[in-house]
Amino acid sequence: MRPTAQRRLTVEGLCVDYEVANPVRAVRDVSFTLAAGEIFGLAGESGCGKTTLAYAINRLHRPPARITGGSVTFHDVDGGTIDLLGLHDRELRAFRWSKLSMVFQGAMNSLNPVLSIRTQLDDVLRTHRPQLGRAERRRLSAEVLERVGVDPSRLRAYPHELSGGMRQRVMIAMALLLEPQMMIMDEPTTALDVVVQRDILREIMRLRDELNFAVIFITHDLPLLLEISDRIAIMREGEIVELAPTVELRTAPRHEYTRKLLASFPSLTGDRGGFIRADAVAGEATL
Amino acid sequence: MTYFLRKIGFYLVAFWAAVTLNFLIPRLMPGNPVDTLLAKLQQRGGSAGPEVRRAFELLLGANTAEPLWRQYISYLGNLAKGDLGISVSVYPARVSDVIAQALPWTIVLVGLATIMSFVLGVGFGALVGWKPGSWLDVFVPATTLLAAVPYFWLALLFVLLFASFLGWLPVQGGYDVTLNPSWNGDFIQSAIRYGTLPALTIVVSSIGGWLLGMRNMMVSTLSEDYVLTAHAKGLRKARILTQYAARNAVLPSVAGFAISLGFVVSGSIVTEQVFSYPGIGSKLLMAVENSDYALMQGVFLVITLAVLGANLIVDLLYGLIDPRTRSGG
Amino acid sequence: MTNITTVTQQVPASPVPTGRRKAGWRLMLPSATPQLMTGLVLVTAVTAFGVVAPYFVQDPNAINSIGMTPPGGGHILGTTQTGQDVFAQLAYATRGSLQIGLIVGVLATVLSAFFGILGAYLGGLADEAFSLFSNVMLVIPGLPLVIVISGFVPRESRGLWTIALVLAITGWAASARVLRAQTLSIRNRDYVAAARISGERVWRVIGVEILPNLLPVLASQFVFAVISAILSEAGLSFLGLGASNSSTLGTMLFYAQNGFALQLNAWWWFLPPGLIIALFGCGLALINFSIDEVINPRLRNARVHARTMRARRREA
Repeated sequence: MRPTAQRRLTVEGLCVDYEVANPVRAVRDVSFTLAAGEIFGLAGESGCGKTTLAYAINRLHRPPARITGGSVTFHDVDGGTIDLLGLHDRELRAFRWSKLSMVFQGAMNSLNPVLSIRTQLDDVLRTHRPQLGRAERRRLSAEVLERVGVDPSRLRAYPHELSGGMRQRVMIAMALLLEPQMMIMDEPTTALDVVVQRDILREIMRLRDELNFAVIFITHDLPLLLEISDRIAIMREGEIVELAPTVELRTAPRHEYTRKLLASFPSLTGDRGGFIRADAVAGEATL
Repeated sequence: MTYFLRKIGFYLVAFWAAVTLNFLIPRLMPGNPVDTLLAKLQQRGGSAGPEVRRAFELLLGANTAEPLWRQYISYLGNLAKGDLGISVSVYPARVSDVIAQALPWTIVLVGLATIMSFVLGVGFGALVGWKPGSWLDVFVPATTLLAAVPYFWLALLFVLLFASFLGWLPVQGGYDVTLNPSWNGDFIQSAIRYGTLPALTIVVSSIGGWLLGMRNMMVSTLSEDYVLTAHAKGLRKARILTQYAARNAVLPSVAGFAISLGFVVSGSIVTEQVFSYPGIGSKLLMAVENSDYALMQGVFLVITLAVLGANLIVDLLYGLIDPRTRSGG
Repeated sequence: MTNITTVTQQVPASPVPTGRRKAGWRLMLPSATPQLMTGLVLVTAVTAFGVVAPYFVQDPNAINSIGMTPPGGGHILGTTQTGQDVFAQLAYATRGSLQIGLIVGVLATVLSAFFGILGAYLGGLADEAFSLFSNVMLVIPGLPLVIVISGFVPRESRGLWTIALVLAITGWAASARVLRAQTLSIRNRDYVAAARISGERVWRVIGVEILPNLLPVLASQFVFAVISAILSEAGLSFLGLGASNSSTLGTMLFYAQNGFALQLNAWWWFLPPGLIIALFGCGLALINFSIDEVINPRLRNARVHARTMRARRREA
């Protein structure tokens, strides 16, 4: 945990239901807080509700999903408190991206195929910073691309002309454009190869150190979170079953599901084949 | 670049196919069309010298020993010169003149109606797809059902309603026959008045196809990731609707323009019949009625050329609005 | 720091839908919406009318000296200018139109299936050739071509099958393109690759792996073909170029036009034939809506969502 423990986000008792023929409660009574500058990992298997939770925080959830209870409060760095669930349309639009931005799963499709990169970055600036002139916008766009390691000449390109890794970097750059106080990243590196993955993660950590934004990092890849997060929450079937600082979670997990997850990834050390065969012999995951 | 070249190449091939089809069809039919034609000509008091006969034979085929490919070359040669033969039903006018006189009427009518239909259909389709559950939903079944109605029956209904019943618009014709065709305000006004009902028929009948296609694409596009990202970026709804959703959703409609244009042209022929509109469609029908084969062929060729040309323009346009087609051929 | 309550609490399972899952092929059927029901009712009604009514009506060709009369006095829909019973004519004309619609629909679908599916499956030069052929046929305007061909055929030879053939030949191209696109997308899927690698013969792969997945699209294209055939034939007959020996709804309208039905306000003569075409076409279009939802499930979601929004708005 970082020394300046100012709170950035408070989620209290959030419930999200899918209103289909047989209604499903995808997020049940979830509560947690996010501190300024913190990297908060959210892990769980597919379908546990972590993406639904992420979308609901920013009110991006689409029907048939509906928020049926709880509250989401944003604590602005200049002292104000914003009730996210109560914001009106225009206020919500102003809030989005300038205070809270997102990087989605599979950024391959997050970029509009018919607009150039420059136009898509411009869109953000023209909507949220209308007072800026064209030259200023261009300068900011080029700057933010350089920050993530993309050559500014790529501004002219279209999404299909960029590789997967580069598109992901562009998405991250776009998310940083307004220097938000908080970012939600949903599996930002899952579809990339490990080398690119490491590079991008390093960028994220470096930028966090530089700009001090908080991150909710969502993934099913627990070992990854163990590397980068300050605290980790484990989600299962819509509920947070464990929430602890990383070291504590790793060394002394309290919930049996956490233990199961931790034991589910092979180690680089130990007997060859020991991971699978030990399981079979013991009859149960090491608990 | 290769995209554009390929498209142009394709349309050249298509035109060549149409020309060849035009050449082959009369030769595949039973009977000797040239004799029929010349007999008709004589009925009308015309006479046919050997050059006229030769021209007809090139167009329609003759029982001579001349090899087919030789006839084909000469036929192409004549086409290149713009010589489409002599019209029998409007003797002694040249086919090219008859067509030139009727063509502008059809182009204006069909052109304007198609553009209006496309713009309105795509526009409404986008709005309907954007907001499911609003009153706009009623447009979808309404216009699709209208599209299932035959053009000419709809035209008859319109005539009954607007012309006979309400007397707002004229029943037939392209313009007030007491006026002289020329570029003055009176005439143009009259032309617009007479053209309203036919245009309305075409628009009302074909708007359904555009609307439905666009609305379905909107529904698909709205669930794409980049639209979600656009919302997350806090962009204005209008901008998301136009630049992110509609601009992507309209692509298949533009790509499918060919099919629709074919229908519109077909519909316009029948519409011209109902309204006795002096366009190229009625010339075609008149030609068929009078066994004026030369005129028939000429009109077919011109219609095909126009349709192919329009499609080429639209395809090139598509290359401009979808950047993915431009790179990688 | 956090306010999570108990950690080792039993987690109650989310409600799981009970009941057996639907069998595989049943999932392909469209859902029974009011749209589909209306469509089926319309289509069945018109078809029944065309098939059954001719056995129960008067002789449509019987000429009478009473001339053009409005409905009443033994003639449900009045008479034509030659005193022929309009209702009887309507029955026979519907049958004629349905016949031709069906014949051309089947022919056109077979042609488009051949050029679209086979070409896409074989790939390479065959695909390029078939595709080029389809596109050229597509882009050459249909009705003018049909008119020209009909114009060259002497009137006596313009029988039902000639017209049907001409309509089919000029109408298959659009479907072929759609089928080709679908086949290409299915062909690249893993289960087809598996079948090919395991050595299955071409015909078997197409028949067993590809065709079942194409069924919704084929069905939709067939419906389009029938609507299009009926409309085209009606237009052709209306222009006087239709099959010379048969009576269809288009022929009826042709005679109505020539009998000055419009000018004399004889609505009972020219309204019913067009109405039948319209109702049949509407029915088929509605059925196609439902098939569309099977092909693109997002449309179904959109409809359900729209209905929920309306319901919620009404409650509010």
